[in-house]
Amino acid sequence: MKRLSAFNITALTLGFAFLYLPMILLVIYSFNASKLVTVWAGFSTQWYGELLRDEAFLDAAWVTLQVAVISSTIATVLGTMAAYVLVNFGRFFGRTLFSGMIYAPLVMPEVITGLSLLLLFIGIGLDRGILTIVLAHTTFSMCYVSVVVSSRLISFDRALEEAALDLGCNRFDAFRLVTLPIIAPAVISGWLLAFTLSLDDLVIASFVAGPSSTTLPIKIWSAVRLGVTPEINALSTIMIAVVTVGVITASLISKRNAVAAQRDAQAAERAE
Amino acid sequence: MPLLDALDLKEQSNVSSPVFAPWDDPNEKPLIRFENVTKRFGTFTAIDDLTIDIYAQEFFALLGPSGCGKTTMMRMLAGFETVTEGRILLSGSDIAQVAPNQRAVNMMFQSYALFPHLSVWDNIAFGLRRDKMPKDQIEARVAEMLKLTRLEKFARRKPHQISGGQRQRVALARSLAKAPKLLLLDEPLGALDKKLRQETQFELMDIQEGTGTTFVIVTHDQEEAMTVASRVAVMDEGRIIQVATPANIYETPNSVYVADFIGDVNIISGTTKPAGADRYHIDWAPNQAPIVATSQNSFSEGQTCHLAIRPEKITIAKDKPEDTENAVQGKVLDIAYLGNLSTYHVELPGGQVIKAQTANTRRISNRGITWEDPVWIRWNATAGVLLEQ
Repeated sequence: MKRLSAFNITALTLGFAFLYLPMILLVIYSFNASKLVTVWAGFSTQWYGELLRDEAFLDAAWVTLQVAVISSTIATVLGTMAAYVLVNFGRFFGRTLFSGMIYAPLVMPEVITGLSLLLLFIGIGLDRGILTIVLAHTTFSMCYVSVVVSSRLISFDRALEEAALDLGCNRFDAFRLVTLPIIAPAVISGWLLAFTLSLDDLVIASFVAGPSSTTLPIKIWSAVRLGVTPEINALSTIMIAVVTVGVITASLISKRNAVAAQRDAQAAERAE
Repeated sequence: MPLLDALDLKEQSNVSSPVFAPWDDPNEKPLIRFENVTKRFGTFTAIDDLTIDIYAQEFFALLGPSGCGKTTMMRMLAGFETVTEGRILLSGSDIAQVAPNQRAVNMMFQSYALFPHLSVWDNIAFGLRRDKMPKDQIEARVAEMLKLTRLEKFARRKPHQISGGQRQRVALARSLAKAPKLLLLDEPLGALDKKLRQETQFELMDIQEGTGTTFVIVTHDQEEAMTVASRVAVMDEGRIIQVATPANIYETPNSVYVADFIGDVNIISGTTKPAGADRYHIDWAPNQAPIVATSQNSFSEGQTCHLAIRPEKITIAKDKPEDTENAVQGKVLDIAYLGNLSTYHVELPGGQVIKAQTANTRRISNRGITWEDPVWIRWNATAGVLLEQ
């Protein structure tokens, strides 16, 4: 183990402070008894209670959850299919163009994506609401899913699928019974990524949301414009907690799997 | 002993004729026939106008260096590659239009390709389930396969919970479960260490004979091909150079390529001079007596030829041997002691190095030949094979 030098400690402190100081402040002030955000007046959980009684926030939360679940599910299906085709079907005419086009939304400014989707929805006469947000979120999160899944598929042994075909599967069964169960972890993390992206998207949602379909980020953003309230702090703290728990759970699961696999492999070596 | 059941089966099966050689019987119908098959990938020709027959119950080995097209041949049989020209017949009918999942052909993959998310039992049952076989029959068949490959104890394990040798047996059991007409084995023992590989070769042979399945094995290991196969096809650059039984491949190779690929060989090049019935004198070096060799093939006066002699057919001695057809003096350059054998590298006056091999039949003996010693090497006229190319 290397000793921590003064430089290392400083860099570490500065880096973490930069990343987490704002969030720590937010969390602390969510437990503030005072209505004034900047003045500390003792510990209280009253804002969490207020939050749960606020219909508008609860509605927004419900809309956000619906949008996130539906859009990430559709994006996972489409993104997995796209990744599968691009990785497996080797070279076909226009392959580079297709793979480029899949990844383009990753670098496309969100304002442009939002605006173009808005124009499209107006053009085809689709009323703005939950449906339009779902469509918009599916569009941009699909490429993230496709990136995650294709990176798994690249290391997937094609012989496994050939073995399935050889043993009597058609192409669809081979995918369903062999490929999908094996790449499932990547598909699930793609879904989680799409879910998170949908959960915290503000820019695209504000383009395509209608009056009856305000998502949480839009709600927070518009509330903050009238002044930061302790309620917002409480809401944000809850979101941070949810995300933290999710990330830690996911990494614990994958770590446990890795440890189990290693133990199995060692046991198999000994059995030889 | 492993696979007693397989051996029992063998007695019941129809290996009745003492010599199994369907390729010598003109009335025998081949199970597989490659008819002028060519396979191109873009501009690269992987298989070049190849014609060959493989018979039922054969253990047929495709042997060659990597890139010689042997794996492509196997993948065409399995249905993973299409034929560019020509056709492949299985039991007399063209299989070009038959999808891989419809062929009575199963394959054992080089990487084994075991399904990691399924147990050993489920891996073996996978193909049977696809055929909608009744549950009790599946159970009986899987149990039979587990017994055949001695995997009963591991049925509930996942592939990553068993050893490499056991994985190899699972892969074999899975590919045999559907009782295919033809089993393809792609470098089946490549991932095993040497000792385990040798044991497994005999197991494979037992299972092949026991089940009566036709096996086509792809390998780059000539020893493996020689051990397991009824016939060996030596391939190079998309063409088959020679097809013969292991003994014929070794003792009567048809070219320097085959002689050199299979085992160790000395090649002496020269020009022929006919000397009576099937006898030739070969001028191989200036100021040296010609070598005497016999050959069934005819050579003309002054034709370029290559004499291939296996090292074990050359005897080495300190003193000049009497009454021998060929004897040349040289100097010991190197001695390789292999335990059971010793190989002497002898440099001849022309600079050519000849390998001579002797079996170390006695445990402690002083052969009295050491580095730099002048020695005599000798061999009979029938010891070598005279080749045109």
